[in-house]
Amino acid sequence: MDNQERNPEPGRETMDEKEGPRSSSEDPSIDTGANEEQLLYAKILAVGMYFGLGILLVTFCLYLLGIPGPGVPIEELPRLWTLRAHEYLEAVNHQFLHREELLTGWRWVFVLNRGDYLNFVGIAVLAAVTIVCYMGVLPKLLKKRDWIYAGIAVLEIVILLLAASGVVSVGH
Amino acid sequence: MTRLSSCIRVLAVLTLLCAVKPPLVVAGGEGGGRDGALRAPGVSVSGALRVAGPEHTAPTPAASSNHEAPIPALAAARRSGASSWDVRTGGYPERAAPAPEVETTGDQHHAGAQEGEATGDQDHAAGVQQPATGMPGGEDTPWWVWPLSLFVLTFVMGILAALGGVGGGVLYVPIVSGFFPFHLDFVRGAGLLVALSGALAAGPGFLRMNLASLRLAMPVALIASTCAIAGAMVGLSLPTNVTQTALGATILGIVILMITAKKSTFPDVPESDRLSSVLGIYGIYTEASLGRAVNWKVHRTLPGLILFIGIGFAAGMFGLGAGWANVPVLNLVMGAPLKISVATSKFLLSITDTSAAWIYMNQGCVIPMMVVPSLVGIMLGSFIGVRILRVAKPTFVRWIVIVMLLFAGAKAITKGLGLPFIV
Repeated sequence: MDNQERNPEPGRETMDEKEGPRSSSEDPSIDTGANEEQLLYAKILAVGMYFGLGILLVTFCLYLLGIPGPGVPIEELPRLWTLRAHEYLEAVNHQFLHREELLTGWRWVFVLNRGDYLNFVGIAVLAAVTIVCYMGVLPKLLKKRDWIYAGIAVLEIVILLLAASGVVSVGH
Repeated sequence: MTRLSSCIRVLAVLTLLCAVKPPLVVAGGEGGGRDGALRAPGVSVSGALRVAGPEHTAPTPAASSNHEAPIPALAAARRSGASSWDVRTGGYPERAAPAPEVETTGDQHHAGAQEGEATGDQDHAAGVQQPATGMPGGEDTPWWVWPLSLFVLTFVMGILAALGGVGGGVLYVPIVSGFFPFHLDFVRGAGLLVALSGALAAGPGFLRMNLASLRLAMPVALIASTCAIAGAMVGLSLPTNVTQTALGATILGIVILMITAKKSTFPDVPESDRLSSVLGIYGIYTEASLGRAVNWKVHRTLPGLILFIGIGFAAGMFGLGAGWANVPVLNLVMGAPLKISVATSKFLLSITDTSAAWIYMNQGCVIPMMVVPSLVGIMLGSFIGVRILRVAKPTFVRWIVIVMLLFAGAKAITKGLGLPFIV
């Protein structure tokens, strides 16, 4: 386990509020850096964050410019955002989108030709980056035979995919 | 420094005023309505679009009991058995006006109520306040005022959050839901995305510096994110007024926690417990203030993990970032050093809030016109806040944050209970 190799488990040292922890060392040769999978996680997180944020800002600018036209006219929003989410979806669908089904789950991908729904791409990227991070570190954990953390990573991926899939829904 | 503090104070007051003023004009329906009813707080006069709150218009007893009146056509569609939007009956009025012509369900009581008459239909009377031609979202107000107000508010929130040592979500949800016309569903969705973005932005740096510990975060995140999903589902299922009241109570609880909770820079952890040893939760980081490497480990892992059940649930239910609870549990219960706790907590939000954010997104609780200005505002504000932090008095700012939370918590409770508030 990389963590154990880099950071030998501290003993029974006690910590002191004023003088600092007794379990400390001024030896500059001690490696206090992050382990391999943590650095990989950070790298994927940073790339995903910038990517998602960039997409979100660009699509929002396009939305404001009306390129492409929004599914819900902007000036109509003030009378819609006071409704409960489900009622908002019903109203939007009835008045503007006229689709057979409400735009719950991933159905927004069918209206990406509308400026407002184009923004969901950036939001989805931001919300998905954590899943990609876990998928990225999983092989490293398996390679190290860190079965406990590999299991935790798998469970987390399943949980997040379940949440993202829209399978878990709330009835109204 | 004094001048800077004054500037911050003025900015905070201006922003609060900015946030408070519009809803006084438009948010006729204070608080959440009963589940399953569309809200149209405005009260119509001669079919003209008018936006009036209870401060301006005395609501009918029925309306005051419900706080928000349903938009009549959809309410009628619901009563007639339509579980979802009925296109044939034209369930939603074109301009949210009562529009009797769209009511084709044969419910004469409903049409009567649209004329502002007493119908004798108690169910209807409880649901429909008066002919609602007014726009609850402030249709008299140009649309751009709202995203612009959000941007200004979140910019100031970002500054205060950075200075006060709290995440943006805990300020965002109670204040925006209390003083803006947006429904709580959308505010919670946006709040989660705001907290998520802040965590995503800070996470990589904390991980690289080894201040955020992936080994500490992963087991905790698994529990918190799972419970956040459950919290989000419960929060979206409950009537709005119940959620709003519970939100207010939680915010007041956070205030108490902020005032009373102590922090320990280097908690005394005599020995790792068995669970943390098995999981290998310990590490070493460079403490810049001491100029040396610090070993850390944790104890009381099981009680800590159990506490994260509640934290994750609350984060999902109310759309709050959970840093306010993460840090005390990691620091005081589990015994992680303060810096490790703060950094790991921030990183943890990127996982916890992700799961809840997906639930809100899949339920349609995301409106880009709310999310993006909020997100940009709070990130810019945080950026400025970190720079101001070098010269500002954090204690003073912390008290500003506490007062704001106190104010917002009280507002949320009174709104949820349908009680009058001081503004």
